Amino acid sequence: MFSIQLTAKIENMEVLVQSVSSIAGKMGFTAKRIREIELAVEEALVNIINYAYPCGVGDIKITCIQEDSPRAFVIEIEDTGVAFDLLSLKDPDISADLSERQIGGLGIFLIRKLMNDVQYRRKNNRNVLTLVAYPPNET
Amino acid sequence: MEIVKSGKENNLLVVKVTGRMDAVTAPEFEKQLTAWIDEGEIVFVIDFSMLEYISSAGLRSILVIAKKLKSVNGKIFLANMEESVNEVFEISGFNSIIPIFDTVQAAVRHGIAS
Repeated sequence: MFSIQLTAKIENMEVLVQSVSSIAGKMGFTAKRIREIELAVEEALVNIINYAYPCGVGDIKITCIQEDSPRAFVIEIEDTGVAFDLLSLKDPDISADLSERQIGGLGIFLIRKLMNDVQYRRKNNRNVLTLVAYPPNET
Repeated sequence: MEIVKSGKENNLLVVKVTGRMDAVTAPEFEKQLTAWIDEGEIVFVIDFSMLEYISSAGLRSILVIAKKLKSVNGKIFLANMEESVNEVFEISGFNSIIPIFDTVQAAVRHGIAS
């Protein structure tokens, strides 16, 4: 298990994302899958940075767990900000044309599409978003 | 991320983007393209061959630029995306609102003809 906790600000995003992707690399994920994991983590972090702490600053904590049966890479992203269930958002209209197209909700949509499982829970006044990616089968 | 002018064909500007378009860097793309639009450039081919990563923040900046260009009768074409970048465009449906070409040459031919 690995965990890292930093202030929720955009300057810390790269360090947080890279800490997750370096573990994913050691677990044998392909380069393409690692980018998908980075993307899901970035989208979750940007959401926290932009919306979780409207009246001040707070932290983001990421915990990475490698589970064995079944093999899974579990990424827990926590904040102590405003209660918000990402998964309650409606999917964006991805068929809208250029002039009608809105960007809101796209990050969450990408997280859902790219991860094998996504869960949200509110625990001890924390938002906990859990992203799960299944590693490639060992040969 | 690095953004450079890599060619000019008639009134069409080819721009090469290298690196990552994420929440940190995407505003630079928007700012640079806006500066070129303000200088009078209105037809762009974006060479994404060296773009290794894009997030929704990158898509957002491309959408902003595409809308801005539409309002001045300009156009933007994307070219030469690698697989993982292309996947993000497909999942988000952006491949149906921004024209994407396999090669810069094809995008340039299309851009000059249109």
